[in-house]
Amino acid sequence: MIDVKGLRKTFKNHVVLDGIDFQVAPGSIFSLLGPNGAGKTTTIQILSTLIRADSGQIRIANHDVNKNPEAVRAVICVTGQFSAVDNTLTGQENMLLMARLLHLNRREARHRIGELLDRFDLAEVAKKPAATYSGGMRRKLDLAMGLVGKPRVVFLDEPTTGLDPRSRQTMWELVRDLAASGVTIFLTTQYLNEAERLADRIAVLDTGKIVAEGTPAELKRRIPGGHVRLEFADAAQLDKAARLLEGAVIDDSALTLRVPTTDSVGSVRDLLARLDSALVAVAGLSVHTPDLDDVFFALTSEPNKKEAIQ
Amino acid sequence: MKRRSYVLSDTLTMLRRVILHMLRNPFVTILSTLATPILMLVMMYNLFGAVVQQADTMSSSTRYIDFLTPGLILITSIYGMGTAALRANADATQGIITRFRTMSIARASVLNGHVIGSSIGTLFSISVVIGLAFLTGFRPTADVGDWLTAGGLIVLFVTALTWLAVALGVSSSSPEATNSGLYLLFILPFLSNAFVPTDSMTPAVAWIAENQPFSPIIDTLRGLLLGTPIGDRGLMAVAWCVGFAAVGYVWAQAAYNRSSNG
Repeated sequence: MIDVKGLRKTFKNHVVLDGIDFQVAPGSIFSLLGPNGAGKTTTIQILSTLIRADSGQIRIANHDVNKNPEAVRAVICVTGQFSAVDNTLTGQENMLLMARLLHLNRREARHRIGELLDRFDLAEVAKKPAATYSGGMRRKLDLAMGLVGKPRVVFLDEPTTGLDPRSRQTMWELVRDLAASGVTIFLTTQYLNEAERLADRIAVLDTGKIVAEGTPAELKRRIPGGHVRLEFADAAQLDKAARLLEGAVIDDSALTLRVPTTDSVGSVRDLLARLDSALVAVAGLSVHTPDLDDVFFALTSEPNKKEAIQ
Repeated sequence: MKRRSYVLSDTLTMLRRVILHMLRNPFVTILSTLATPILMLVMMYNLFGAVVQQADTMSSSTRYIDFLTPGLILITSIYGMGTAALRANADATQGIITRFRTMSIARASVLNGHVIGSSIGTLFSISVVIGLAFLTGFRPTADVGDWLTAGGLIVLFVTALTWLAVALGVSSSSPEATNSGLYLLFILPFLSNAFVPTDSMTPAVAWIAENQPFSPIIDTLRGLLLGTPIGDRGLMAVAWCVGFAAVGYVWAQAAYNRSSNG
C-alpha cells in the first residue's frame, strides 16, 4: 500500500532523510520509531504530499506522490502533531466541514458523522466548541475528521504524544479497530511500547537512516539475549563472582555485575548454583529480558551526540 | 477535471467557515476593526474639527465631517486588514491549513474563502462607520451613480487590501510577526490627507502624503461623494488597488503553496 524507495530530503545543508526504503502491506500497522529529530515528521510530510522529496520513489495506493499528489490526497488522511481541528467550530461543525469539502450529500454526511461521533465517543460534546475539548478529545476529533472521507491510508504523527494514559489507551484501541477494518496505518512515535503494542512492523529511524526494520519480535531478537543483574554487599564478593563468571560486566561503583543469560529459568538457576557452590553471597538479583528499549538504545545514537550534530 | 468544478463549492464551504468564525467572535471582529475609526471620528471631529475648519487651506464650502469621512472609510478598511491577517495567520500557524493541503480539495478555495469572508466583514464595518458619520452630520452631495461608483471603489480597495492582509497572515510565522507587518500599514493613514489637507503640512511630509497610495484613493472617494475635482487621482487610485491586489494575490498563493506539491 505504501512503497518507498531511496527517499532523500535535505533542508539547507542538513540531511534529514538519507535514502530510506520501506514497504507497508495493506491493512497493516507500520510504525516509524525514532528519537526527536530523526526525520519522522519529515517522512510523513513527504508521504502526505505536503513537501517534496529531493529524490526517491514513493507510491501510495499505486499513485506516485510526485506525479499525482491529488490522487494520493484522495485516499489518505493525516492527523497528529501538525494537523489540527478548528477550535472555534464545534465538533459537529468540524465534521461537517470535512463532509462538505468531500462533497458528500447531506444524508450521507449526517449518517457518516453520527456514526463516527458515536464510535469516537464524541456525540455528547459534539455541540461544544473544540476549544473546550481536552487533549484526548481533540486528538480523537482530529482522527474522526480524517475518517469522514473513508481513507485507505491513515498517517498518524505521534498520535499519543502529550496524552494521559487513559486517552492513550483509547487511541490505541481506535487505531487497532481501524487496522482491523482494513485501513493501512502509518504511525510515527517515540514511544517504544506504543510501537510494540500496535505495529505489525517497525522501522527504527535514526539521523535520517533506517537502522533496523522488522516485527517487534524480530527486532528484539537482534539484541543478544537478556541479562541478570547481580548485586553484592562488598567489593570482595563482587570480585569473586566476576572471576567465576566469564563475560560478566562489572560496575564497581554500584557493586553490581551484569551477566548475559538466555531467557530460560534454567540458565538463571545454573548461574545461582555456580555462585552458591563457590560460596559467593549475592545481595540482590534482577532478571532483564530484552525489550524494545534495549533495541532502541543499541541502535540509535546517544542524545548528546545527536544534539551536537544538529 | 474534477478539481475545477469544485472551486466554487469549496470556496463557499470555506467562506461559510470564515463567516462562522466572525459570528462566533463578533466583538473581537467588530471591535478591533471599528474601535480606532470610531475613536478617530469622535476625536478628530470634536477636538480638531473646528480648528481644521478655520484653516485657510480648507475650502470654506467643505465641512470637516464631510472632509473626514472618506478618510475614515479607508482607515476602517486598513483596520479590517488587521483582523483578516490575524485570522489567516491563525489558520496557517495552528495547522488547519496543513490539514486542508493534505485533502483533495480545490486549492484556491481556502484563500478565496478568507479574502471574500474578511472583505464582507470589513465592508460591514465600513457601512457602520458611514452610518455613524451620517449621524454626526455627514451630508455628501453624491447622486446614485456617484454612490455606486464610490461603492465599487470601496469594494475594490477592500478586496485588494484583504488579499495583501491574507498574504501577510499566511506567510507570517506567528501573530506577533503578523502584527509587526501590519504596524507599517496602520501608520500610513496618519501620513496621508485623511485628516488634514496636505497644503497645511511641511513640504517633506506633504510630499509623502501626496504620493503615498492611500491619498489618491481618499481624494477619489472625496470627489465622488462631495463633488470635489478628481482629475488623474481616480486612475492612480485604481492603479494602486490593482497593484495591491496583484501583489497580495501572488504573495498569498506563494505562501500557501510554499514547499508543497502543486
